Amino acid sequence: MSVATPAVTPRATNRRFSSGFLTTVTWLLAIGFFFPVAWMAMTAFKQENQAASDPPTWFFAPTLDQFRAVLEGGSMVYVGNSVIATGVSTVLVLLLGVPAAYALSIRPVKKVSDVLFFFISTKMLPVVAVIVPIYVVAGQLKVLDNIWTLVVLYTAMNLPIAVWMMRSFFIEVPGEVLEAASIDGAGLMRTMRSVLLPMVAPGIAATALICVIFAWNEFFFALNLTASQAATVPVLIVSTMTSEGLFLARLCAAALLASLPVILAGWIAQKQLVRGLSMGAIK
Amino acid sequence: MSTSTIDRLEGSRRAARTEASDRTISRAEGWRRRGPLLPALIFTIIVTQLPFVLTIWYSLHSRNLLRPESDLFVGFSNYLDIARDSTFRQTALNSVVITLGCVLVAMVLGIVLALLLDRPFFGRSVARTMLITPFLVMPVATSVLWSVALLNPTYGLFNWTLGLFGLEAVDWTSTYPVIAILMALVWQWTPFMMLLVLAGLQAQPKDVLEAASVDGAGTWLTFRLITLPHLRRYIELGVLLGIIYVVNTFDQIYLMTAGGPGTASANLPFYIYQRAFLGFDVGQAAAMGVVVVIATIIVASAALRLIFRSFEVKE
Repeated sequence: MSVATPAVTPRATNRRFSSGFLTTVTWLLAIGFFFPVAWMAMTAFKQENQAASDPPTWFFAPTLDQFRAVLEGGSMVYVGNSVIATGVSTVLVLLLGVPAAYALSIRPVKKVSDVLFFFISTKMLPVVAVIVPIYVVAGQLKVLDNIWTLVVLYTAMNLPIAVWMMRSFFIEVPGEVLEAASIDGAGLMRTMRSVLLPMVAPGIAATALICVIFAWNEFFFALNLTASQAATVPVLIVSTMTSEGLFLARLCAAALLASLPVILAGWIAQKQLVRGLSMGAIK
Repeated sequence: MSTSTIDRLEGSRRAARTEASDRTISRAEGWRRRGPLLPALIFTIIVTQLPFVLTIWYSLHSRNLLRPESDLFVGFSNYLDIARDSTFRQTALNSVVITLGCVLVAMVLGIVLALLLDRPFFGRSVARTMLITPFLVMPVATSVLWSVALLNPTYGLFNWTLGLFGLEAVDWTSTYPVIAILMALVWQWTPFMMLLVLAGLQAQPKDVLEAASVDGAGTWLTFRLITLPHLRRYIELGVLLGIIYVVNTFDQIYLMTAGGPGTASANLPFYIYQRAFLGFDVGQAAAMGVVVVIATIIVASAALRLIFRSFEVKE
């Protein structure tokens, strides 16, 4: 006892000191990583001459002028296109992906792993390798600059992720529950609707979130396959940048508004984010 | 090996759930099971595989995007051109540098941040929320933010900060284009790695850590002998998923440097895009696409094996 007491105290102090030190480091890093986003948000509330000043302007009277300018400049067409491309493709992904995941888990087909392998391998095909034929074929079918082309492509882009993710949720449903339902005389549709779907609803929500993030942020297809009619929000930002490159504050306002839906969704659903990004491999 | 384990798992599930065993599933039942899968499967084959078959077809032709009637079979000459194309080699090298540079730096930073976040402290969830934000910003917005607001030579925040330390202003995107792109990419991907590693840390069995501490193992020893081996699977998964995503990087390059100066910072996706949509050379672009796919398959087969292994451990 008498030996232990003096040995413990410095160590405890030491530990408290190093814990405080680590906490400080963590906070500094968190602020450092977050700072560019904060700077973008700050700049969006500035006047142009404050945004591009040397030295940078740190204190200013915030203004909503830039947001007003962004929203007035016909940007709603782009937002509408993005909403259609993101929303419809996500619904299609779920309509196709949930039954597929069911057929790969609960009442599985033969060769489950081959099918899973195929789905994931399409994700590894670089998009740049298929952009040329997609462009040519879309041109021949007269669907260039058509929002439904993006809907189809975004559905294909997200479907493999959704199948893997949904399967990882279906696998967790205990078999006994489904057996009990079938013993109670519930038919397949009934079991699906009143037993299975409620149990995997959080999984469906998480899958939808991931699909929304990827579709909303997608730029490569949108850049190459749209012009004036079907252009989405990322394209709007780029055209703002090239045509009005010097309007930094307005650019930041547009970038902030464009990023905000995904940032908020990601903040709310942090847990599901990990699972989705690892395609269900990590919880 | 790993796939057969999944089969076995499936097999046991199937046996547990239905009376019919694998062998006695009737033909009708087989189709009933396949039914829900087919729409997704057929859709994916049509939208993702057919274009690739066309890519191979185009790669054997000389074809101009603006004059589709100029289609001419040229055999493997597009591929021979690639072999002679020093720009292709340079952009391929850039692809490797940008992908590996981004993934490795982001992983090291991600591990450090995950370890820092895996301790109780005041405001931890706020700090985590702040740290994941870079990953959620639209990549196009990220590029704007870095190239215009942070790295701009005259009013960018970076040069102003350098100036505080008495250092010369640098025109980042034209003097160090690859480094400028890497900065934006690492900033975006570090949170991704951090989230995966953090999930790994939190899945660590607590009793093992307690046992180690009771046995008198110090922090460093515990980390090296217990935590790091446990994290290995998560780190591998993060690196490989990171490679798959980052190798396709286009937005940042298109917006921050346009591949320049010259082709100094172009990667393969950007170079192929240039050949197809600015050079209108469909055959060349398609052949490059095929080469990229072959290279990707080599990397991807390693990735797939790993993802399957991850699933196996989980279940």
